[in-house]
Amino acid sequence: MSQAKSATTKRPLTYHEVWGRVGIYAFLGVLALFFLLPLYVMLVTSFKSMDEVRLGLIFSLPQQFSIDAWVKAWTSACTGLECTGLQVGFGNSVKILVPSVVLSILLGALNGYALSFWKVRGANVLFACLLLGSFVPYQVFIYPLVRFYAKTGIYGSLPAIVITHIIFGMPVMTLLFRNYYSGLPLELFKAARIDGAGFWKIFFSIILPMSVPIAIVAVIMQVTAIWNDFLLGLVFAGRDNLPMTVQLNNIVNTTTGERAYNVNMAATVLTSLVPLTVYLVSGRWFVRGIASGAVKG
Amino acid sequence: MGADLTRHVKRNIVAYIALLPMAAVVIFAYLGTMAWSVRLSFSSSKLLPRNDFVGFAQYVTLFDTSRWQTSLGNLAIIAFFFLLICFVLGCLLAIFIDQNVRAESLFRTVFLYPYAMSFVVAGLIWQWILNPDLGIQHTMHGLGFSGFVLDWVVNPQMVLYAIILATVWHGSGLVMALILAGLRGVDTEIWKATRIDGIPAWRVYVSIVLPMLRPMIITSLVLLSISIVKMYDVVVAMTNGGPGTASEVPAKFIMDNLFERANIGLATAASTVMLVTVLLVMAPVIYSQYFRKSGRAS
Amino acid sequence: MSSVSLQNIDISYGNVPIVKKLDLTIKDGEFLVLLGPSGCGKSTLLNAIGGLTDVSGGSIFFNDKDVTWTDPKDRGIGMVFQSYALYPTMSVERNLSFGLRIAGIDRATIEKKVKWASELLQIDHLLDRKPSALSGGQRQRVAIGRALVRDADIFLFDEPLSNLDAKLRAELRLEIKKLHKTLKSTMIYVTHDQIEALTLADRIAVMKDGIIQQLDTPLNVYNKPANEFVGSFLGSPAMNKVEGRLVSEGESRFFIAGDFRLDVSRYPFAQNIESSRKVVLGLRPEHILPANGSAAAIEGQVSLVEPMGSNILAWSTFDGVSLSHLVGQDDSCEADRTFPVTIDVQKASFFDAETGWRL
Repeated sequence: MSQAKSATTKRPLTYHEVWGRVGIYAFLGVLALFFLLPLYVMLVTSFKSMDEVRLGLIFSLPQQFSIDAWVKAWTSACTGLECTGLQVGFGNSVKILVPSVVLSILLGALNGYALSFWKVRGANVLFACLLLGSFVPYQVFIYPLVRFYAKTGIYGSLPAIVITHIIFGMPVMTLLFRNYYSGLPLELFKAARIDGAGFWKIFFSIILPMSVPIAIVAVIMQVTAIWNDFLLGLVFAGRDNLPMTVQLNNIVNTTTGERAYNVNMAATVLTSLVPLTVYLVSGRWFVRGIASGAVKG
Repeated sequence: MGADLTRHVKRNIVAYIALLPMAAVVIFAYLGTMAWSVRLSFSSSKLLPRNDFVGFAQYVTLFDTSRWQTSLGNLAIIAFFFLLICFVLGCLLAIFIDQNVRAESLFRTVFLYPYAMSFVVAGLIWQWILNPDLGIQHTMHGLGFSGFVLDWVVNPQMVLYAIILATVWHGSGLVMALILAGLRGVDTEIWKATRIDGIPAWRVYVSIVLPMLRPMIITSLVLLSISIVKMYDVVVAMTNGGPGTASEVPAKFIMDNLFERANIGLATAASTVMLVTVLLVMAPVIYSQYFRKSGRAS
Repeated sequence: MSSVSLQNIDISYGNVPIVKKLDLTIKDGEFLVLLGPSGCGKSTLLNAIGGLTDVSGGSIFFNDKDVTWTDPKDRGIGMVFQSYALYPTMSVERNLSFGLRIAGIDRATIEKKVKWASELLQIDHLLDRKPSALSGGQRQRVAIGRALVRDADIFLFDEPLSNLDAKLRAELRLEIKKLHKTLKSTMIYVTHDQIEALTLADRIAVMKDGIIQQLDTPLNVYNKPANEFVGSFLGSPAMNKVEGRLVSEGESRFFIAGDFRLDVSRYPFAQNIESSRKVVLGLRPEHILPANGSAAAIEGQVSLVEPMGSNILAWSTFDGVSLSHLVGQDDSCEADRTFPVTIDVQKASFFDAETGWRL
């Protein structure tokens, strides 16, 4: 359709077609405004002073541009009695994010490699169970896991939340790499075996270096998913490691007295900054992640 | 046979070892926890797990609990409207973007960015905008429209629609992205053939193109359904189940009973109900999407 | 029934011209093949005739009606595509009838037409199947059927056989030829396959870079190529090309390339050629014949033989010039031996070395 239309033409658009184009742009424009509205409100409010916020004109631009709310959100916003700002949550999220992303991707790649190139009996049944597990609500797993971590003494610690992210990231990471490796020529693997390379040699010297594109997709998916996680961080991370999303919710929903909306909105924007940056920078890769993680095996 | 198996395992021993972490995760973290959750639902566990057996007593209590009934009803309403609106809106956005529009990538970016943000953020933002003391209603009053009412987050009758609005804002970009990718994959000669046949564009989409995109449609519906069943963060951030119990959902019911009300038996009974429902609904879809075409036959 | 007339057609994508100032008239009931390498503009031209691509200049007439800006569905055409372009979620019957239903034609008529077309193409037993359950050949029959039920005066084929294997291609080629004989409609057929062009066409238009190089009957295009491009594009095994010059000696005229010397007095030159003009000699392998004791024979040193089944392609050197030529199975032509041949000069082609046009 798009190709057929792209030839240059001298023909004037008909009345009908002109109104069609206007309709298309009107529809897209109105919806774009709807989608952008929350981001706009957050941004303008975060740059206002509380006096201005009390005027209650959420759509107006700030009269006096101020970054006080941002500074406060980052350094001294309160969750209950502690007033240390979101920087704590940010640090925690980074501490959780880095090992979780690296380990879950490495394991996903290893699983995908073993599943698509090696004959392991029962592996496909295992993989099927894993996939099925990814459809089950977390609530089914949470309590037994809590008990298990408590027994081993790591409940409410960094290892507990990292292991949890690895567990729940495994289905989609394994699927992602397995599908990608299934598309690589099997001859490559055969040639390496004839050259005498073993399981690990083939994995590290041949397969991993070829996995860069899918690894980028995996990083995008895991960074977004783990950063945006709320439930697992709330349950497993423990008081000292609460991720940014949990802290944000605490800041916003546990304040007593007058709510500092400008600070809250600055905090919200700050919390979204990492995934938003990943999204804006990654562009089409982001979509590829959504699609390849989910479309058939 | 036995000797063959031994030889086969020996030959591939490293691969077996490499898959041990996955095996451990599946057996302990997925199947084991699932089994234990189900087991606990037949016990009288309160604050601590107990090993007794009380039959279906917890399930009877569960379905007698009005909060659980409300939660299920709410989930049904949210799921229905969320899936319907996301799907229709996502398809329309994709189709309109596919009409050779200028600034296509800008539109795409705008419609998908909410999906990159967390549900907590989505909940908080819309809570503010719909908050009658601060958001759109307040602004309209300030502009002189004193009769204007938009109090969805504090109105028990409307609070579910506030949640639907926030989740639609968050999720319809996903449908758009998947359908648009599908539209781009449609053979241009199909479009030419329909022009020769004189089939109007809307009819081509409805009768030919959308049926061709069945895999993308199923994928996006599966992804959206999972997010709805798991829905917890957005409700906690937006309404915390209120006003009253007007926006309670099953996931939150379970979490509350696990960690605040110390009623493990009831919570695991509720999670077992969710588990069975998900498996029943998803099984055919999962089967047709993921297992029909297995990977490389090796 | 319809004739097609293209006048001064220009087509460009953005600033890139694809078809340039093209004139072409296709007679009522004619089978015209547009032949050329990929990127020569042949498919673009066909799409323009179908109304799927807008022209940037010139006019298209069907009979005497200007259809340059007419909607594709109102042009009275049927079109068959390379990828078949069947509607994948519809049964064969729906694929054939969908356009007619949309046009609001009554059920009985639709049923009659579908029955007629499916019987003609021998796909009447497949009507309930989905395209995915059909073989490539069957799919293309359905695609042809979809064009047939439209009561079209003009059929457009866009490389319809390219996705099929060699055997099916030959089979369907015959089928299309029969169809043309039965229907007597105007057919325009795009291909890069010279065999399809030579077997099907009433006339072939050989295209390159958006310009028609030669428009003639298959025999003439093959035997009297208008330029070097046409000569080498058609024919398998390919035409030999030798650069050299023409020298007149009294009444006779010779082609000279180094030590190679050939009497070409009997070649019917279209114009007067001055002596020592630089030319390219085009010689098809089948026009270099085993000498069989003829006096005019020249000796070649055979370097390689390729048996091709019915005959053998030999590569030999004649006074420093390497030529491929066809020999029979019984001609005992072996590598590293000599072999005498005669060259049928009347069937050769001479091209201007600079312009490439036929002399």
